[in-house]
Amino acid sequence: MEALTTRAKEVSRKPMSFAESLYIPNILKGMFITFGHMFKKQPTIRYPEQKREFSPVFRGLHVLNRDEQGRERCTACGLCAVACPAEAITMEAAERLEGEENLYREEKYAARYEINMLRCIFCGLCEEACPKDAIYLSETFAPANYSRKGFIYSKEDLVIPNPLTDPEGYAKAKGAPRAINN
Amino acid sequence: MSDIPLFKVTIDNISIEVPAGTTVLNAARMIGGEVAPPAMCYYSKLEGSGGKCRTCLVEVSKGSEKDPRPMPKLVASCRTTVMDGMEVKNITSAKVVDARASIVEFLLLNHPLDCPICDQAGECHLQDLSYEHGKEGTRYEFQRRTFKKHDLGKYIQLHMTRCILCYRCVFTADQLTKKRAHGILDRGDHSEIATFIEKNLDSDFIGNVIDVCPVGALTDKTFRFKNRVWFLKPMDAHRDCPTCSGKVTLWNRGDEVFRVTARKDQWGEVEDWICNDCRFEKKKTSDWVIEGPRLIDRHSVIAQGHYAGTVGMHKPTETFSAVHHGRQPKLLMDIHSVSEVNQADIDLSIIAGPAHSNNFNSNKD
Repeated sequence: MEALTTRAKEVSRKPMSFAESLYIPNILKGMFITFGHMFKKQPTIRYPEQKREFSPVFRGLHVLNRDEQGRERCTACGLCAVACPAEAITMEAAERLEGEENLYREEKYAARYEINMLRCIFCGLCEEACPKDAIYLSETFAPANYSRKGFIYSKEDLVIPNPLTDPEGYAKAKGAPRAINN
Repeated sequence: MSDIPLFKVTIDNISIEVPAGTTVLNAARMIGGEVAPPAMCYYSKLEGSGGKCRTCLVEVSKGSEKDPRPMPKLVASCRTTVMDGMEVKNITSAKVVDARASIVEFLLLNHPLDCPICDQAGECHLQDLSYEHGKEGTRYEFQRRTFKKHDLGKYIQLHMTRCILCYRCVFTADQLTKKRAHGILDRGDHSEIATFIEKNLDSDFIGNVIDVCPVGALTDKTFRFKNRVWFLKPMDAHRDCPTCSGKVTLWNRGDEVFRVTARKDQWGEVEDWICNDCRFEKKKTSDWVIEGPRLIDRHSVIAQGHYAGTVGMHKPTETFSAVHHGRQPKLLMDIHSVSEVNQADIDLSIIAGPAHSNNFNSNKD
């Protein structure tokens, strides 16, 4: 039979000599390696306090965007839902009534908009499909939860805070402007 | 029929013999396929339609056997009758393709690009045409024309800004109903579809203007914003209707009938006109005898639901309990207990008009 790899090492079954059976030199050798690591640069970070910078193409939790006047941009056109390979997005549309012009940008809007985060694979195709710049994948993770029910994100969880009434929350949800690194 | 001479006409190097008096467009449709020029205003079932949109322009490279000179300009194929020995170039002529692309751009000049809102999106001929010619964007930088809103009653929603003035709805009202109540007012840039005196369109067959409209200018108010056409399941159905043939396409989601339209043939034209009663009032599956899923062109976005064949007729069988000796699967979560979408007590399909915030919020508290 042909060998599967050329790097295989033959296992040695020789009985140990007396010096080897003492183990002490090898233990010391191992301890020294461990000790040496205390002076090396740490590859890990202390996560909740420190956070790594996201990659510019990071795709996190979805937000439903608003325009400068605080109106929801989504028109429930269904393109995100049809683009979604996991079929995570569902919505129901409604017509804007008179007096709701400050709430919704167009005459049609999403009365219900749900993303099933159990199904979502964070591929970002919804963001690409959106003709109204309404859905974005932000730089946050979907938080962990004890029950499955907590992963059905409705509009209350997704719509970004109003930039007029809550500029701080808006800026936070929007995330820091990305430095385009070269 | 025998006294009508047959003329031989060659369209895109394909020859066909057609009776004299046939238009180039209809001759091309007899050949079928890509040879047939697109038509936005011509409608074979409406007398007098055609000649307005110019999308069906073709090049006549040889006038006839007796007078082989080419026609000096591109001609509208829906209004040009064939001559014996005529040679026509449609997609084989670069001039035609170029002219058609420009015409699409002209049609889109005043057409708002609000396809995300428009109920016609997905089955809109103008949308198809613009994407086919790579003109889905716009170069137009000025204010598009706007109109005072007209209310056409509880069945038909008019979006005048989307209208391309094809006149199909005018011919429909003339030829199908006893009295036409709407028409084109004013002229030029100001021309608009309206009733002049605010009047409801309620003649018996007036609903067909929705089907003949190539764009989203006239849409079904009972379906308005309810769902996107590509999420619905088109099915052929019929019922005993005293006024019309009763042969329709139902657009279902689950068992809810969201929309009823006439059946359309391969040219996007209505096969049988249907009456308002069938179209707007029969929104229950029990009203209809369902024949089977409608075949949709697989290039259409509507086909993305994969309802063709027998899939749309039956619910998939649950195999779990069969292979586990009758043990039922343990349900970790019932999505309907959490999800607010598609709630049992809000039946969108039977709300008369478009849903509003009060439809959704009334049961909240």
